[in-house]
Amino acid sequence: MTSTLKLAARNLLRYRRRTLLTALLIMLGVLALLLFVAAAGSFKQTMVGSITDSMLGHLQVHRKGYTQSIDNLPLNLNLQPNAVGKIELALKADPDVAAYSLRVKLGAMFSNFTENTSIRLNGVDPAAEDAAVPALRQRINDGDKTGPLVAPGKVLIPTLIARGMKVNVGDNVVLVVTNASGSVNGKNFVVGGILDGVTGPGGRDGYIHIDDARELLRMDKPEVMEVAVCLKSLKSLSAVQQRLNAALGEIRNKEGKPATELHLWSDLSPFANIVKMIDLMTLFIRIMLIAIVLVSVMNVMLMAVYERIREIGTLAAIGTQPGKLMAIFLSEGLLLGIVGAAAGIALSYALVGYLNLNPVVFAFGREQITLRPVLELVEVGGVLILAVVVSALASLQPAWRAARMDPIQALRHV
Amino acid sequence: MPLIRAENITKNYRVGDMEVPALKGVSFEIGEGAFAAFVGPSGSGKSTLLNLLGCLDHPTSGTLTVNGTDIATLSRSAAASFRGEHLGFIFQDFNLVPVLSVYENIEYPLLMVRGWSPEKRRERVLKVIDAVGMNEQAHKRPDQISGGQKQRVAVARALVGEPKLVLADEPTANLDHDTAYRILGLMKTMRDNFGTSFIFSTHDPKIMGEAELTFTLEDGRLVQEGGAA
Repeated sequence: MTSTLKLAARNLLRYRRRTLLTALLIMLGVLALLLFVAAAGSFKQTMVGSITDSMLGHLQVHRKGYTQSIDNLPLNLNLQPNAVGKIELALKADPDVAAYSLRVKLGAMFSNFTENTSIRLNGVDPAAEDAAVPALRQRINDGDKTGPLVAPGKVLIPTLIARGMKVNVGDNVVLVVTNASGSVNGKNFVVGGILDGVTGPGGRDGYIHIDDARELLRMDKPEVMEVAVCLKSLKSLSAVQQRLNAALGEIRNKEGKPATELHLWSDLSPFANIVKMIDLMTLFIRIMLIAIVLVSVMNVMLMAVYERIREIGTLAAIGTQPGKLMAIFLSEGLLLGIVGAAAGIALSYALVGYLNLNPVVFAFGREQITLRPVLELVEVGGVLILAVVVSALASLQPAWRAARMDPIQALRHV
Repeated sequence: MPLIRAENITKNYRVGDMEVPALKGVSFEIGEGAFAAFVGPSGSGKSTLLNLLGCLDHPTSGTLTVNGTDIATLSRSAAASFRGEHLGFIFQDFNLVPVLSVYENIEYPLLMVRGWSPEKRRERVLKVIDAVGMNEQAHKRPDQISGGQKQRVAVARALVGEPKLVLADEPTANLDHDTAYRILGLMKTMRDNFGTSFIFSTHDPKIMGEAELTFTLEDGRLVQEGGAA
């Protein structure tokens, strides 16, 4: 094996320029793929982190049917205290759940005493919300960032409403709510902070204390509309989903059907589609890499076989078995793929290292995204295996041709 | 038992729809330690006969045994094994592997075909390389040595596996007169030293005079057999 590889390496060095160009092509393909995967991974991680850690959480539990009508913030699809208790028990029992927050969601009329507008409110327990969506606090661009997230009597409002209604931190406002029985209730609040939107200024979500929300809605029982769940690691998402689905499946309504539903962050955010698009683009770049390696290695190996027909005839004549001849040419293709891929991987690590030392910052909506690309070992290993396997496949036909060559015809070749 | 026994060998090639006979019932025997030549004009069947003896081709009919093996029926893989085990080849254009040094070219059959151990290989290669007088060029590449030296390396490569028979197709055709004689002299010496039979083809009357046994072919038939012409 060593002697075959040594001979293959010598043969590759015989045509230095051609070998260099082909290896360079493979290297560039690997570099493009790994850089894209690393950068896209960083972008995805930042965006998903931003969405989950400052708004959605990784998972959410609702009463069955709630998310279908979530735009209207229905008040008649609440999780009842009994169900909430069971959900809390299931969440506390799961080792991968870091925190959760119970939310009362409601639509309200926001008034600055001269103008009105609509607002979507989340009634939250400040400590629980802080734990479940720890980055929410970072979205407060004006107001107290150090105290409780939202104190009773205070409201955090989105930038869009603050600008439109010309309201600043410390101003008095009125929130007017129509409750489940149709009666209208209003309450004075002080603007405690102004929130940046997660993916631009379009958000209309504000935050109040959960007790204020229940008071506004005149709830006589501690019902909630949403449970936002934060996991210790996003990697355990599907495992937790399976366990919670099993546990929550036991909560039944009067008809004996499941009373709750569990949603992943990706079910609730349109950004999941961007993630899918990025994954699709990665797939296309992967296909392009396969094509580059396949075409370049096959081309070089076909040329090598064509140029060395007499040599093949000689080696066959002096007793080299067809399998050994095939191994010589397969080794050449494999080495070419390995060298090109290794060079691409080395360069990718160097560039990723450089990008981490000199981070690129760009705006995505109102988000400032800092690219901190990371090369996952699995991805690097996958690319190396891909390049090697495709190189072997590309060399297969030329190597087979060399092995099957008639020695007499080969020796006569001019 | 003779080293080679050919009985009524025929070989036809198909050219389009036509069968073209290259050998028409050739029979002969060659013993061990022979220094023989197939002679005759171009197209007489010399190379075809050498190809058949070298297990590179199958006769259309007839029996052909080399060292007691009926080589006419060997499969592709078995023929390769037989060549590697019992035969050596010397080519008109030397056919050395350009990326290997003189030493490595000679070592190739032992390493890639026979799979000898490194110690055994080294011992044998040094012996043969010394016998052909190429010690000082051992680490040079083929493009760094002369034509005569290349053919010496080819002789060494053919002999290194201790074959019973070395086949040489026009081994001196690309060499000047003096070098050609030196190569033939070397081949004879190797025959004397190692007991290997040499069969070569040539159409050069001066060169064919060096053979101890000649087989003259004309139009696919053996027309004369005997001592040096």
